[in-house]
Amino acid sequence: MQNAFEMASLPTATGKGAAVPWNDLRAIASAEQVRSAGPSDRVAGVQPEAVFEPGSEKELAAALHCADAAGLSVVPRGGGTKTSWGNPPMRADLILSMARLNGVIEHAWADLTVSVEAGCTFQRLQNTLSQHGQRIAIDPLWPEHATIGGILSTNDSGTLRIRYGGLRDLIIGMTIALPDGTLASSGGKVVKNVAGYDLPKLATGALGTLGVITRAVFRLHPLPHNLRSFTFETRDLTDANRLMLAVQDSKLAHTGLQARYSEERTPAVDVRFEGTDAGIAAQTETLRKLAAPAAEAANSDSVWQARQELWSSAEAAAIAKFSVLPASVAETCGRIRLLADSLGVQWRAVVQGTGLGWLRLEASSAPAIHQLLHTLRPELEHVGGSLVVLHRPAAMPAIDAWGSGGDAFPLMLSVKQQLDPRGTLNPGRFIEGI
Amino acid sequence: MPQTRNDQRRNRLTQPWTAVAIASNQPNGFGPKPYAVELQIFGSQIFDPIKKETGAHLLPFLFHLCRVNAVIAGNAETDAQERIPTENAPGLTFGRRGTTLSRARSQEGSGLNRTLVDARILQEFRAVVGDSGLITSQEELKTYECDGLTNFRVVPQAVLLPRSTEQIQGIVRVCHRERVPFVARGSGTGLSGGALPVKDGVVISLARMNRILEIDFANALVVVEPGVINQEVTGRVAPQGFFYAPDPSSQSICSIGGNVAENSGGAHCLKYGFTTTHVLGLEVVLPDGSLAHLGNKTLDAPGYDLSGVFVGSEGTLGIATKITLRIVKRPDCIQTLLAAFNSTSEAGAAVSGIIAAGMLPAAIEMMDNLAIQAAEAAVHANYPNCGALLLVELDGPTAEVEVLMCQVDEICRKCGAGEIRVAQTEAERVLVWKGRKAAFAAVGRISPNYIVQDGVIPRTALPRVMTEIARLSAEAGIRVANVFHAGDGNLHPLVLYDRRIEGQEHAAEVLANRILELCIEAGGSITGEHGVGEEKKMMMSKMYAEPDLETMQRVRCAFDPEQLSNPTKVFPRPRLCGEQPGDYQPHPVELAGIAERF
Repeated sequence: MQNAFEMASLPTATGKGAAVPWNDLRAIASAEQVRSAGPSDRVAGVQPEAVFEPGSEKELAAALHCADAAGLSVVPRGGGTKTSWGNPPMRADLILSMARLNGVIEHAWADLTVSVEAGCTFQRLQNTLSQHGQRIAIDPLWPEHATIGGILSTNDSGTLRIRYGGLRDLIIGMTIALPDGTLASSGGKVVKNVAGYDLPKLATGALGTLGVITRAVFRLHPLPHNLRSFTFETRDLTDANRLMLAVQDSKLAHTGLQARYSEERTPAVDVRFEGTDAGIAAQTETLRKLAAPAAEAANSDSVWQARQELWSSAEAAAIAKFSVLPASVAETCGRIRLLADSLGVQWRAVVQGTGLGWLRLEASSAPAIHQLLHTLRPELEHVGGSLVVLHRPAAMPAIDAWGSGGDAFPLMLSVKQQLDPRGTLNPGRFIEGI
Repeated sequence: MPQTRNDQRRNRLTQPWTAVAIASNQPNGFGPKPYAVELQIFGSQIFDPIKKETGAHLLPFLFHLCRVNAVIAGNAETDAQERIPTENAPGLTFGRRGTTLSRARSQEGSGLNRTLVDARILQEFRAVVGDSGLITSQEELKTYECDGLTNFRVVPQAVLLPRSTEQIQGIVRVCHRERVPFVARGSGTGLSGGALPVKDGVVISLARMNRILEIDFANALVVVEPGVINQEVTGRVAPQGFFYAPDPSSQSICSIGGNVAENSGGAHCLKYGFTTTHVLGLEVVLPDGSLAHLGNKTLDAPGYDLSGVFVGSEGTLGIATKITLRIVKRPDCIQTLLAAFNSTSEAGAAVSGIIAAGMLPAAIEMMDNLAIQAAEAAVHANYPNCGALLLVELDGPTAEVEVLMCQVDEICRKCGAGEIRVAQTEAERVLVWKGRKAAFAAVGRISPNYIVQDGVIPRTALPRVMTEIARLSAEAGIRVANVFHAGDGNLHPLVLYDRRIEGQEHAAEVLANRILELCIEAGGSITGEHGVGEEKKMMMSKMYAEPDLETMQRVRCAFDPEQLSNPTKVFPRPRLCGEQPGDYQPHPVELAGIAERF
């Protein structure tokens, strides 16, 4: 499959390929569920022709099958908050909108599980769950607009990951629609289940390239009784890394641990606790001892929004997610600083105790940003890390979003060919041209 | 009066029961193309004929159950058919998927090949692992004929004991080239027959690959070979205050590779998750002998989460040769509470109360009276003699644990707990757990034989299901001891019987299966940690619909198109990798009335 990043230099490429079978689509659902696409439906500069809004899993599967048979390219869409992630699509003919598949199917609160349609927004789901004092233990980006399907497909988890795991650890069942019209379920409604292959993991982070997630079942956690956060001002990168590692190595049961870096100020380290008053009080004391001599700063809960804030007013900025070993964070940020200084790029980063970090780059020269990313990625990959570009300024030369798939790529391609043999779903947007 | 097809079928279904399956092969120009075999099938397996158009091959596992009576050989040009009984063609060998007739011996009308692991292939294996790495003597082979599930036994053709990834690749390449199926084996403690050898296949034992390769405390990870024993990982990192969280009860003997294959859990997975939560990355030998690195030491490697699919795939996608595991810091404080209740319902209510209070204990275990008696007889755990025992373990910062433990105590009392003990020191804790961890083996003290099941139900269904199990047990006259992970609804009913008593074994099997069906009906799963393996593969059709199984099989085809890696496990019916889904097209042989589709 042709690597798609060449398409990025054609910002107004239309998606025109095969003809949209309007009548067939209208036969699947009511006429108001099928419409022509407009400029706001563009996917990374590529203009689709039609938008279909299924009202049920069956309609979705039928429409997807219809599109696949007609040779169309399909882009599933939830809240549209991350449409620009991945590489621009080679083609985009039909948007499959999840807007109507947006309900909470069943909140089995006594079993600590929930079954939800993929088009449900995260906030709406959390609100429903909180009625019984429960939640999905993740904090994704743009929760009022982002949908469950989109969050899963982009593997977007936040600071709670350090305690509760990522999406792959919270999802226990899933139904996906394949381009041949199959609706396949795996996993189930119970947390402990090893019957069959763990396909929810396959679909998590797959950017909708293997199938369209129609519903998901999650394990839940209780809402915390109390929350308390702390911020410490550290001297430099090494000091910040040392504190983060010390917290990780301690017996503290923190539910959030991050460092905020920018070239304007010394790094700050944030720590969050949840639980009983007595538990939090005792841990606070331990934390303060660990952190000394770093100064404790005034804290507000908004520090946990720092990752999302990287995206504000970011038209001219590039944003990337990197993954390194926790003990290498200082080194990585040091390298970023060096490169940024030499290229005249301003940078900010939020790095979690897990070794996952988000980097924002700005410069008067977009090629300089490109140069930094282009240089940094192979260095990180060389030591077993990764760099994924999530947001690019329009003026920046094209760069592949994902990086290398390594020797597992042929296998990834085989899986893709098994589930989406015609390359109908999001063609060219995923790793190495998938 | 011509017989109706049903009449014909009925006649054919009298003694001996026969069915005709169709096989085909890749065109190769060697004489007439056989595309059907007449088989005598033992048991009640039913197979769909394979569509000739897809270039499909005879299902290898047919040979586990069938004796081939004849080959119906066809002439590709004229489509004339001739039935050749096997006794008239002694040189006939029967093919496995992927085998082409280019290996046909020079017999007239000779047909499909079966690749027996003959001297030539053994020599190739010997070249890879040396004499010391190859077992071929019958007595030694028999020790590999089963795993922890002893009522299924198959003697493998050979057992290989590699010492390195390169050797494993060498072995698998031979298997791939010669179309020999293989089964990887760790410690052989699995309870679902996952390591049961495949007929005419080989076993690749990972027992000699038992080194811990790397320990990285700063990044909280270790890299191990698959033969490393589960408990050994914790042992090596304990001095620095770490542990490896998945703790199946067999952890003193089971291997990490086996844990990866089954996605093993253990009592503490309620809070800590399963093996898949703790596997960061894998080096895998794929069924064609090539090497792939799935996942990474760092999180969220770009691309598909193939390591997530591999864990729990029960050896059907390849062999893991290096495993990067996450280790976890030991919590500040661990306390275990033991509460005695009059019945499992009361104990179950306490569990619900704990969950509703917003707590997530590290473990919640329940044992019923029969299981308690067994544990006493075996290890003298000094449990109170009661209707049901609840073990609740909390861990975390000391102050937090102390507050929560008071709450648990109160909830248990409200639900009618009699005696309550709290273990606070490590020694006390070990004693409390001793009985629970020994439960399976302990029932051997109160019953000569037993079947252990591994169903999962939503926690809220616990009272209903327990009552039903008790009713079924009384009805069948078969005792059932119950031990389970009450926190996540994972039941381990121990169905006790005496094989020497006529009919008991069968009754026990029927009861065990019915319990699994109960779990499915309650919205649960047929296996929470033991895996599907050989034992429960037919139940997969009850738990999943055909499209679900088919999709999983497609993923399998991406990894193992030749279906060589533990091919007969997990799925009730194999699916050929060239097969296109769609409407069934009858085969000319079927139209001619020779073949039947059941």
